[in-house]
Amino acid sequence: MTYLEYKVRAVPRGFKKLFYLNWPIILLLCAATAIGVIMLTSIAGISWDPWASAQLKRFFVGFILMISIAMVPIWFWKSMSVLAYITSLGLLVLVEFFGSTGMGAQRWLDLGFITLQPSEMAKITLIMVLAFYYDWLPDQNVSKPQWIIAPLALIFLPFFLVLQQPDLGTALLIVLGGGAMMFLAGIHWGYFGAALSLSVGGALIILQSRGKDWQLLNDYQYRRIDTFIDPSSDPLGAGYHITQSKIALGSGGWTGRGFGQGTQSRLNFLPEKHTDFIFTTLAEEFGFIGGISLLAIYALIVAFSIIAAISNKDRFSSLLIYGVTVTFFLYFAVNMAMVMGLAPVVGVPLPLVSYGGSSLLVLMAAFGLLQSAHVHKPRGVI
Amino acid sequence: MADRIQLNQKSYAKLSRRGVILGSLQTAFIATLAFRMRKLQVEDASNYRLLADENRINIRLIAPSRGEVYDRNGKIIARNEQSFRITIVKEDAGDIEQALFSLSNLIKISQSDAKRIIEETKRSAPFLPVTVRDQLSFDEIARIAANTPNLPGVSVEQGLSRVYPSFESYAHVVGYVGPVSDSDLQGGNETNPLLKIPRFQVGKVGVEKHYEDILRGSAGVMKVEVNALGRVMRNLSRKEGKPGNNIQLTVDTALQSYIQARLGSESASAVVINCKNGEILAIASSPSYDPNKFVKGISYSDFNELRDNELRPLASKTVQDAYPPGSTFKIVTALSALEANIIGPKDTFTCSGKMEISNRFFHCWKNSGHGTMNLEKSLSESCDVYFYELALKVGIEQINKMATKLGLGVKHDVPMSAITKGLMPSREWKLNYRKQEWLVGDTVNASIGQGYVLSSPLQLAVMAARLASGKKVNPILTKSINGQNVHNLSNIEDLDIDKSYLKIIRKALFEASNDRRGTAYGSRVIDNTYRMAGKTGTSQVRNITDAERENGVTKNEDLPWKRRDHGLFINFAPYNKPEIAVAVVVEHGGAGSKSAAPIARDITLQALFKGNPPLEVYPAKDRSAVFERQNKLGEVLKELEIFRENKV
Repeated sequence: MTYLEYKVRAVPRGFKKLFYLNWPIILLLCAATAIGVIMLTSIAGISWDPWASAQLKRFFVGFILMISIAMVPIWFWKSMSVLAYITSLGLLVLVEFFGSTGMGAQRWLDLGFITLQPSEMAKITLIMVLAFYYDWLPDQNVSKPQWIIAPLALIFLPFFLVLQQPDLGTALLIVLGGGAMMFLAGIHWGYFGAALSLSVGGALIILQSRGKDWQLLNDYQYRRIDTFIDPSSDPLGAGYHITQSKIALGSGGWTGRGFGQGTQSRLNFLPEKHTDFIFTTLAEEFGFIGGISLLAIYALIVAFSIIAAISNKDRFSSLLIYGVTVTFFLYFAVNMAMVMGLAPVVGVPLPLVSYGGSSLLVLMAAFGLLQSAHVHKPRGVI
Repeated sequence: MADRIQLNQKSYAKLSRRGVILGSLQTAFIATLAFRMRKLQVEDASNYRLLADENRINIRLIAPSRGEVYDRNGKIIARNEQSFRITIVKEDAGDIEQALFSLSNLIKISQSDAKRIIEETKRSAPFLPVTVRDQLSFDEIARIAANTPNLPGVSVEQGLSRVYPSFESYAHVVGYVGPVSDSDLQGGNETNPLLKIPRFQVGKVGVEKHYEDILRGSAGVMKVEVNALGRVMRNLSRKEGKPGNNIQLTVDTALQSYIQARLGSESASAVVINCKNGEILAIASSPSYDPNKFVKGISYSDFNELRDNELRPLASKTVQDAYPPGSTFKIVTALSALEANIIGPKDTFTCSGKMEISNRFFHCWKNSGHGTMNLEKSLSESCDVYFYELALKVGIEQINKMATKLGLGVKHDVPMSAITKGLMPSREWKLNYRKQEWLVGDTVNASIGQGYVLSSPLQLAVMAARLASGKKVNPILTKSINGQNVHNLSNIEDLDIDKSYLKIIRKALFEASNDRRGTAYGSRVIDNTYRMAGKTGTSQVRNITDAERENGVTKNEDLPWKRRDHGLFINFAPYNKPEIAVAVVVEHGGAGSKSAAPIARDITLQALFKGNPPLEVYPAKDRSAVFERQNKLGEVLKELEIFRENKV
């Protein structure tokens, strides 16, 4: 399929496209970024350096990238889907050999002018290629087993490569994102029921095997599970992050300690306070009000995106928008669940707020795709 | 085409349905997050706020300054002095070994210290100070201060350390402080956080230990904000502690120091009591030791030397040791006989030098015998046989009762360590502890303060004081705590002994000191206003065999030191208007009249004159020796005073 097949009666041209952007989403993205910049300033001891100014610069770059992608017709991006997917797979293989190590995992690829995290890219390109696949696949074949194999393989390849880094968190997000795409495409419920029962059964077997002859995981992995279930069992060891982050959140109360007054983060009780655990500082300094505001912004972004997806009659565009939304949702949902002690500690940043270039740029690019799909959506079906 | 559109329509509807389902799941999860946030931040907020404060606020204790100890005239006995220690902070110093090398050019740092410092800096966080050396002298501090720019990370910290300016004089009374040991943490002190302050010191013996709770004070609290690594970020608040209470003792430093010097290197002890109210004016044990050494941490060799010395400098002989009181105990036997109406002052016995009681001979110290003796003469000349006669008639119960009235066999309550009760034997005691029947011979031995009877010098002084004043005085060492008088001394009850009996004994003791034939005549005072009344005692630490008696008793001087007799002397003065009572015990000093009595006279006069007495009060033949001694001791005391003022 090529973009020529698109039957669109009226597509805005030139600068007119700017008016057809989904502005509520853009404004909400800016709001979330603003909160992030404020928090980075606070954590640096009320200073622009070293994080806030850099984050702002990256956001501008990301913003321009988003608008630029949005200006290009969605059918062009659709035609690039497979290529993008293959490229990101290639980068994942490259990072295996040439990647720089950080935080105990090989994640970064230094391209000279920018350090790239191919696993972040893979999330989006997987969405693209799955949207492409299900757009192409006739609807009646969706649930047929032989047509299930290809998307499973598409999901498994990046999952496996990311797991090798090793980055269990991102790998699981890739599976969840891909699974969501298959669900949206309309695969029969039975498959999900089977997958769910398989994973639950597997988890039970793994837990059962503990201390037996056929123990499936290493002892330290079981201990991690223990700490997740009860962080207080090891408050200074593995449970330290969760305990300290809950203390920070809880001590914020309704309105928080005030800007720059968060003791938990300022006194270094919290790890990764400017990246993965930034939400704890927000919650400590601005309390429940601050935390719920950010959550509301995220929820609105998800809501506006789903509306945009529903209002888009083009199957590829709609699937793509849903995919971007799910990816975005998984970012903040997993991160927040982690700092609130609802999920184990995995390295997932808080979108737009955490300090970090790669994920911000990829996310802005993804929203660029979302905007492009929105701007170039079919207005009136032929 | 229509077909295709139809299909699209159908797939579009399905996609939208699935999209709404997914959206609902997302919404549900977001709601969960919101509720969780509410639970943590609103419902459990106060809990977590507390935890956060616990995280960041570290409470540090500030050691209070210890109460000081004064003598009756306000002279200081134990005080606190600024002490200096130097510490090193690794992160500021950089290369520790280099820093220690630079330091060792300025102050002495031993190899083992250097090793310990390097070890400690490796183990502790780089921003925590590690003590390099403690208790530095002013010179050393000055040298370091002058070189501060070249010594990054090295800083001088101030603290208080205990100083005993009288050195050896009060070692057994006031004791000393030392680092907290496991035994200090027992008995309700386990949880006192003050004791866990590094380098905190507590009383180990004597007044310092007895009044630990009063002297210690309460800790100040400093709240500091720390980061996750424990580094202090800022001080939040500081509340000073309450310093310990000062204690004033009844002792007189001038007299105490004099006695310490007078006892010299003898293994001896002396107690001076105000006989009207029981205030202890001096209580000294010799040889003594320098308590300051213990505060600074005594070296093993110094400690072993003290411990192994056969003169036992560590023992507080005035209260902790009990000796057979010897003839000084005859006062008790005589009084019990008078009270039991067995004899009158005029009744006499004849001393032939020995007496046969149940097939055994009991000898008088005077082989030839004293001849006809009445009570007064028997005391002043210290005839043993006379008291054997009394003992047979009075019995041990009466003697025991009288001894208790006079304060023997009683544990006196003074704030010193290891106070002995002495031993006042009875039938029950012997049955219980020796599993033997009481024999008449035991009573006979007890009547002259031998056998089982044991008394501490403090008990003997109390006996002398009670005899002199006729009041039931108890020894008192503490005058006031924090300016408040501890004891009410205005109403001391009378002793439960007929005054006329006491008068008879006092007269007899006067004769002992002033009659030509009295045992203490050699140590008399010739000025009528200051005349003493005293009783000598010589207690055997061995049995004299019959063979020995045949061939002549071995002279005391010829025996090994450990087997020589103890010399004792108790007295009160002035005879006409008693003010003080004195007890002196010279371990293995030989006859009390020769060893203890001269010392007691010097001490008595020193106490009465509050300084050196005029030579005229001494008999003419003693004056040159006394003069010489006064000069010699004067030198020693002057030196001590200079030490007291300047050094430490």
